[in-house]
Amino acid sequence: MKKQISTRHLFIIPIAMFGFGYLMVPIYDVFCDLTGLNGKTGSISEAQAQVISVDENRLIKVEFISSLNQGAEWEFAPVVKSMMVNPGRSYSTSYTAVNQLDMEMVGQAIPSVSPGKAASYFNKTECFCFNQQKFAANEEKDMPLTFVVDPELPDDISTVTLSYTFFDVNSRIN
Amino acid sequence: MNAQATDAHHDSDHDHHGPAPGLMRWVTTTNHKDIGTLYLWFSLIMFFIGGLMALVIRSELFQPGLQLVDPHFFNQMTTMHALVMIFGVVMPAFVGLANWMLPMMIGAPDMALPRMNNWSFWILPFGFAMMLSTLLMEGGGPAAGWTLYPPLSLQTGDAFPFLIFSIHLLGVSSIMGAINIVATIMNLRAPGMTFMKMPLFVWTWFITAYLLIAVMPVLAGAVTMLLTDKFFGTSFFDAAGGGDPVMFQHIFWFFGHPEVYILILPSFGLVSEIIPTFSRKRLFGYSSMVYATASIAFLSFIVWAHHMFTVGMPLAGEIFFMFTTMLIAVPTGVKVFNWVSTMWRGAMTFETPMLFALGFVVMFTIGGFSGLMLAMTPIDFQYHDTYFVVAHFHYVLVPGAIYGIIGGVYYWLPKWTGNMYSESLGKMHFWLSTIFVNVLFFPMHFVGLAGMPRRIPDYSVQFADFNQIATIGAFGFGFSQILLLVLVVKCIRGGEKATDQVWEGAEGLEWTVSSPAPYHTFSPQPVIK
Amino acid sequence: MNKIQRVMGILFGGALWTATGPAWAEWELNLTEGVTEISREVFDMHMTVMWICFWIGVIVFGAMAISIVKHRKSKGVTPATFHESTFAEILWTIIPFVILISMAFPAAKMLIKMEDTSDAEITIKVTGHQWKWEYEYLDSGVKFISSLHADSREAATPGSGIDPTTVDNYLLEVDNPVVLPTGKKVRFLLTSSDVIHAWWIPAFAIKKDAIPGFINEMWTVVDEEGTYRGQCAELCGRQHGFMPIVVEARSEAEYDEWVTAQLAAAEVAASSADREWAMDELMERGEKVYGTYCAACHQANGNGIAGVFPALNGSPMVLEDIEGHINIILNGKPGTAMQAFAAQLNDADIAAVVTYERNAWENETGEIIQPATVKSMRIQ
Repeated sequence: MKKQISTRHLFIIPIAMFGFGYLMVPIYDVFCDLTGLNGKTGSISEAQAQVISVDENRLIKVEFISSLNQGAEWEFAPVVKSMMVNPGRSYSTSYTAVNQLDMEMVGQAIPSVSPGKAASYFNKTECFCFNQQKFAANEEKDMPLTFVVDPELPDDISTVTLSYTFFDVNSRIN
Repeated sequence: MNAQATDAHHDSDHDHHGPAPGLMRWVTTTNHKDIGTLYLWFSLIMFFIGGLMALVIRSELFQPGLQLVDPHFFNQMTTMHALVMIFGVVMPAFVGLANWMLPMMIGAPDMALPRMNNWSFWILPFGFAMMLSTLLMEGGGPAAGWTLYPPLSLQTGDAFPFLIFSIHLLGVSSIMGAINIVATIMNLRAPGMTFMKMPLFVWTWFITAYLLIAVMPVLAGAVTMLLTDKFFGTSFFDAAGGGDPVMFQHIFWFFGHPEVYILILPSFGLVSEIIPTFSRKRLFGYSSMVYATASIAFLSFIVWAHHMFTVGMPLAGEIFFMFTTMLIAVPTGVKVFNWVSTMWRGAMTFETPMLFALGFVVMFTIGGFSGLMLAMTPIDFQYHDTYFVVAHFHYVLVPGAIYGIIGGVYYWLPKWTGNMYSESLGKMHFWLSTIFVNVLFFPMHFVGLAGMPRRIPDYSVQFADFNQIATIGAFGFGFSQILLLVLVVKCIRGGEKATDQVWEGAEGLEWTVSSPAPYHTFSPQPVIK
Repeated sequence: MNKIQRVMGILFGGALWTATGPAWAEWELNLTEGVTEISREVFDMHMTVMWICFWIGVIVFGAMAISIVKHRKSKGVTPATFHESTFAEILWTIIPFVILISMAFPAAKMLIKMEDTSDAEITIKVTGHQWKWEYEYLDSGVKFISSLHADSREAATPGSGIDPTTVDNYLLEVDNPVVLPTGKKVRFLLTSSDVIHAWWIPAFAIKKDAIPGFINEMWTVVDEEGTYRGQCAELCGRQHGFMPIVVEARSEAEYDEWVTAQLAAAEVAASSADREWAMDELMERGEKVYGTYCAACHQANGNGIAGVFPALNGSPMVLEDIEGHINIILNGKPGTAMQAFAAQLNDADIAAVVTYERNAWENETGEIIQPATVKSMRIQ
């Protein structure tokens, strides 16, 4: 009798561990949010952005870069390459994208911030990366972005690089 | 505790005088010795298949330029070589040795779950038939490395679902085998066989089995996520859908690092059986050996990210994983010091099992040293994904894990067959293997440090000399293994009769039964005082 | 016989080097010291750790050797019976622990230094592609693709009959090297467009993965002018071994000159579609483009690889269907390895490579495709 019970218990471990493998997905997300790993940037509402106090004495360089993933047939570039910003103040800029193909295309921009530890201090109130972007054939679009750099940004960071990679997500939708 | 004891045994499942006749004996067997034999033969066959793949790799690398195979096929060979050697050779060999010896070492009549035991073996040939058949499919077999990193692994052709299912099968087989071992050790120890009296091979397997049960399902989860990413539109590892390819590496190595210890802990146990026997002296620091094994197993869960120092982790992560990884050197060092202390002031003789055990201690330690170097994050940036890493893990796996297994086979072969093997052939096998294994793997340290990346089919001419030496070593080592096959076959056919104790210094329950060990042992169970 | 002698010589020589020590510092046997402050520190730490391992090895293997020689049964010894010593166990737990801690602290310190990418003067974005590298200098706007040099590519083609030892820097040479000024802090931003790659220059002791969708950072300051070579260090598919990295470190003045020249060349390329091109011009450029983008799969001889990559030599599409030919290069062929080049190649490049493919090998159509034609097909 003792034997059957302990054996049955043993089978529970692998089943639980299989679940644990899947549990690592949300754990990893939480971990990334906390540490800014993979540049998972923060997002806050406009109202929240209003109440942050502005640090006039500090200037941070924010660089904008763009990449295209394989098969993404867009022209995709930031309108300005970099800005000097005061932490706590809200700034707007944009990226332009041109669909190079003769058909309707859907794209998704994925943000990434470097250095990684700056990511959680980089808050966006509005971003084209929040949604998938639909393009008519050969359409050109100006895609806005509004952000606030948190004044709590560690002192040793003077440059923050924001990168967007544009992915073709048509196959994902169909 | 001898042949007479088995005659009193009554088992409703089969003929209690011996095995069923004919081929069906092997298909339907629930006898732990038969299943152990099946596992060991399977492992030997896979050893030669995986070895042939290694020879394809080394032949292409004999000189710069592409001569023999397409780079894509080369990548399939490196991938399959690893999968076959890990899941088809080392793990089944350990399970085979456990099947044969665990019940005899703890005084149990058989494994606790004999029918499941049959299943866990017979899943293996099917799993591997499926995995190897992918080589013939459109687009070829898996070529993304055994670590299956996406997005590259998602570029695999038709082979992909077959690969994933075969990994599931192998996982199910190992989990069932591990559960069986835990159940046997927990429930079927002879009266008086307390935990702290168990032989070290039993202990290391007990801990290994828990590792297996804990991490094989995580691998199953990870590859299932790959499968759904490829075919069912999920995006666990695809940035476009909010996933992250690096997360796969975290999940994979959460399995992968304990897996590395699954591949070595039972060999620690084997060496801890062999060295005391041929030193004619009790194992030094038995309890610290047990604790060291347990702490290695524990640490294996918190070091995984040292396989991926270059993915761009936060600084704190890099420092944490560097510290924990370096800590592993402490219990591992304790084990090595204990083995050396066991030999110290013993009365050593150097039969083949002892030679392999000594080779293990020396060469595993060399692999441990390069492991320590790799643990240090800032310098690992230079070593990462070079031949230095290839040299490191082959030193701990070939003259490490495999030497442990071969030593164990020589050690118990007379008990299995009833005949002594040819000592001169055995010694020749040892010396040829040891010379060639170093000719094969030592130069890899040099080319790695000089800057040769791993997993490349062709290289710059400055690496040519050492690659040539390594290839010569590979052929030498590969062909030396034929001696093992010859020796085992000869030993089964006949030879000088072995005594029950076989080795002068041997202690333990398995040496109290007759040689060859009767089909059923230890029913009734012996009592250990 | 000669070869065997050479191999034996190397074996003995290797053993001797190992024993004598100083030769460890030589290239091809040991890590390079490199040309940056970080790389020299990495080298020193590597040597320190190796010597620590060496001396621990001497103690452990020494004790083992003494046992093996002295405590053997054939010498008639009686085995001792000791098998436990708490003192010894504690001792050989604590001593290694202390050694490890003393190694770990300097390593952690060095790591902090290595991860500090702040205050860089030049930023280069590096993008990995299957199987080439793309570089973009964010400050000056210089942008180019760097792939395996055609000489290496040709020698690495099975059946080419070219001895790799006759090729300069076989597999470690590219068409367009990265140029850096010495003495300036350069920051690299790494990403990828398809699978994971890794960018590595041993002489700088920097290596990091390029991951699709994410950016990674690292930095270097090169002290000495020179050419430094590295390779992709993460398995990235069929041609993983064939995407080297070459960095040329030059004086600041030479670097500035190089930037100006690159920008001028880019301007010329941009206006390429507005004029008529001659056959020779197109063929010359086409051969280059073909070597960089097409030869990896379709092979330098245009014959492809049977069953995997189709031949262009004698292909009906190449010989007849001009529109289809341009179209497949612009937009790729879904479901195959043929990717779209519309974003990577300009009109002149595509016109040149199409012209080249239609007139190279046994293809002799005599047709000239003008960049303007390609431009018009883009907009369609």
